Amino acid sequence: MKFAAAALFAVLLPASLGAETPSTPLQLPYTQFTLPNGLHVILHEDHSVPVVSVNVWYHVGSGRERTGRTGFAHLFEHLMFMGSGHVKPGEFDSWLESAGGQNNGSTEYDRTNYWINVPSNALELALFLESDRMGYLLDTMTPQTVDAQRDVVKNERRQSVENRPYGEAEDVILGEMLFPEGHPYHWPVIGYMPDLTAASYEDVVAFFKKFYAPANASLVVAGDLDPAAARRLVEKWFSDVKSAAPAEPPTIPGVMLTGVQKKTVTDRVQLPRLFMAWLTPRHLEPGDAALDVVADILTGGKNSRLYKRLVYDLQVAQNVRASQNSLSLASYFEIEVTPRPGHTIEEVQKVIDEEIARLQRETPSEHEVQRALNQIESSFYNRMERVGGFGGKADQLNAYYTNTGDPDWFNEDLARYRALSPSDIRAAADRFLPADRRVELTVVPDTK
Amino acid sequence: MTGTSERRGRLMRRAFLGLLPVLAVATLSAQAPDRSKPPAPGPAPTLKLPQIQKRQLSNGLAVWIVELHEVPVAQVNLIVMAGTADDPAGKYGIASLTTAMLSEGAGTRGSLEIADAVDFLGADLGAASAVDSSAVRLHVPVARLADALPLMADVALRPTFPKDELERLRQQRLTSLLQSRDDAATIASLAFSRVLYGPSHRFGTATMGTGDTIKAFTVDDLRGFYSAMFRPDNATLLIVGDVTPDSVMPLIERNFGPWRAAGPNPTHPQFPPVPPRTSRQVYLIDKPNAPQSQIRIGAIGVPRSTPDYFPIQVANTLLGGSFSSRLNMNLRETHGYTYGASSTFDMRIQPGPFFAAAGVQTDKTAESLTEFFKELNGILQPVPADELSRAKNYVALRFPGGFETTGDISRRLEEVLTYRLPDDYFSRYVASINAVTSNDVQRVARTYVQPDKLAVIVVGDRKVIEPRINSLNLGPINILTIDEIFGPAPKP
Repeated sequence: MKFAAAALFAVLLPASLGAETPSTPLQLPYTQFTLPNGLHVILHEDHSVPVVSVNVWYHVGSGRERTGRTGFAHLFEHLMFMGSGHVKPGEFDSWLESAGGQNNGSTEYDRTNYWINVPSNALELALFLESDRMGYLLDTMTPQTVDAQRDVVKNERRQSVENRPYGEAEDVILGEMLFPEGHPYHWPVIGYMPDLTAASYEDVVAFFKKFYAPANASLVVAGDLDPAAARRLVEKWFSDVKSAAPAEPPTIPGVMLTGVQKKTVTDRVQLPRLFMAWLTPRHLEPGDAALDVVADILTGGKNSRLYKRLVYDLQVAQNVRASQNSLSLASYFEIEVTPRPGHTIEEVQKVIDEEIARLQRETPSEHEVQRALNQIESSFYNRMERVGGFGGKADQLNAYYTNTGDPDWFNEDLARYRALSPSDIRAAADRFLPADRRVELTVVPDTK
Repeated sequence: MTGTSERRGRLMRRAFLGLLPVLAVATLSAQAPDRSKPPAPGPAPTLKLPQIQKRQLSNGLAVWIVELHEVPVAQVNLIVMAGTADDPAGKYGIASLTTAMLSEGAGTRGSLEIADAVDFLGADLGAASAVDSSAVRLHVPVARLADALPLMADVALRPTFPKDELERLRQQRLTSLLQSRDDAATIASLAFSRVLYGPSHRFGTATMGTGDTIKAFTVDDLRGFYSAMFRPDNATLLIVGDVTPDSVMPLIERNFGPWRAAGPNPTHPQFPPVPPRTSRQVYLIDKPNAPQSQIRIGAIGVPRSTPDYFPIQVANTLLGGSFSSRLNMNLRETHGYTYGASSTFDMRIQPGPFFAAAGVQTDKTAESLTEFFKELNGILQPVPADELSRAKNYVALRFPGGFETTGDISRRLEEVLTYRLPDDYFSRYVASINAVTSNDVQRVARTYVQPDKLAVIVVGDRKVIEPRINSLNLGPINILTIDEIFGPAPKP
């Protein structure tokens, strides 16, 4: 994108500081259209480097899995790279690499995304490959393909969860404690081993037909392109993808914690760790943005309240981290802390409880809130630097389109934060971080 | 908890809301395109290389400016030509601790005041040491550049090294060192370096040093390293972003112009020669009940100045430097033993390591080692033309994409500075890759990948994996303890 001249600064900071916020309106020019088969398409032009990115979001994640088949959405994501009707196994990657391209995908609770970055001369190759797997994935799918990626995914689980310090607690147990049995977020995105073993070829066919229809997806093509030519190529390659009924939207189960859920588990680690978590407002709902700021006030930077007390002043913790994890059915706010050798979970938890109570009681200072907002605002600009890959502009256009119907929702998103006052922050902490309704998960070193 | 699983191991934390109605409908006929062969890419686009505008301050400090006006941000990096490789014997870890201490007190501000001022500007200001260079890096909305530069200049030019902050970082580092014992991949990497280079060579010890060195560092050590290395005649300032030389040079002169060198010119330590490996040996580190084994196989490789740089890039891309590489296709896609296998030539001023790596499921550890060696032997044979051309294209054609952001460009310029690459390095890069032949690849593979002289490190569940590794007859099996790799567990 090309930003407008930097003449439109709005003053967000106190004038006395002499620093102006670079409030150039955040705008990404785009065009959009929908193919007759239901695929929604968004185009964005940026010629800074001769690269284009093809980015697809399918509106399905692990939250749409059924009991006994957890981890399936992610296993399916792996199968999307294994060839399709006109692409033999191995050719997806080898053709892209021969063209200087890169690709990846990821699965979350609510969505699955895929991206291909290629030099702009290979845009048509990328569209061919992306459309072929959207339209013809099952033509080459076999039980052997499923078996091969099943083993890879099991090793992904071993590497990123089981063999990672604190991995099982953070990625598996915390979600089981926060969300009741049967809730779509109860199980981990990576799934359980027996369910990965059980996943079948027939499951792949059913999942593809149910969730991978073009009307359940959106496509962004961004970068060094001519919008008219890109549109013609998208129409050429995606129009023969057969339409199907879009998946029913998910039901949003009500969920709340009624007390303090405590659990202690062991891991092969040197130091204990405490995870505290609360159920919080869904992504974009009132309270969601305020809780991002609460997280920043608690643990963002050396002067944040928990970092300063636990790590800087008292030096009883090695680190502390808080985040609002925004999701479509229910979000959660999480604090993670690791006591230093010679210090205890109880010692650090007491300080955390004191600081949350103080934030619930006393309105934070203007300066403290403004510091957090300034960092959030900068992050919006930093996110504009890259077109492709995870978190690039193409991915963000798709995210905003998926979440709000408006691909260029950058200003509106930033406005959610700019509208917050210190008393909103106190109110959000008070309302959403109750001491008597939360999860407390402790990991202690396995002394065996 | 992390709600993301990915094909290749990156994590993202955010997720987004549900479904929305479609906005507009285009009309066209659904005529099927010819899918019988993939569309051939047109002529490769050429990158307009960023113009490096070179300037100098009144004190001699070199300034390189690259204009990039897409986004109103700026990246400003002060690169100092000294890194962890410059740690004196007995003081391993001093470079890394010195740079970490820069923002713990500078000018008239204390640690918390610096952090507050930087955070309030919405800026990122950090300092870190790599092997051959150190850097203070600022990323900031360009509208706040003038406010952020004095903070950066304080941190880079006027650090105060407060004693109490040193004590705090010391305890933090001792705890980090303790925690690195938890992670099999960290253990494997450090064990590999220790086995290759030994305990006395700098590269055989962790970046942050050992428990003993960390405990012993004094404020005088920090000041000594800082004043020897941080000086305008040993540094370059890089500015990439929404600036012009005219707009930014007065600010730079005001903030960095008064900086003066003190004392003699910096010297770089001589490295003891490492005797070449004469046989293949296995080093096993027990991680009881681990579900995977972390494997590193390799040897000392080449310095960044090697004339074989481009053939090595191509050879490594084939072997384990891309998704379709032989190691990944074999161990991941064909056998499913791992989430990913790779190989790396880590090049430094002094020869860095070459290694192949993977985390593999425990009960397939021996099978995985067999497949590793199959590929390490296979790469010594002539490479088929189509595979060679794919690897060359992969490296050459994605080169332009590496100049997209302020961070991308500044990283590339840092590499040019640190390794004194020629002025035409970027403009000749693609041609240099395209000139690599099958003979070149075979020659560098045979020179630098000698399968019968490699060190094999395995961190895993010894009781399960040792008997079958033993039966492979790869070479003598040495059992290493965690204490032999990290030193005794620190008691902070």
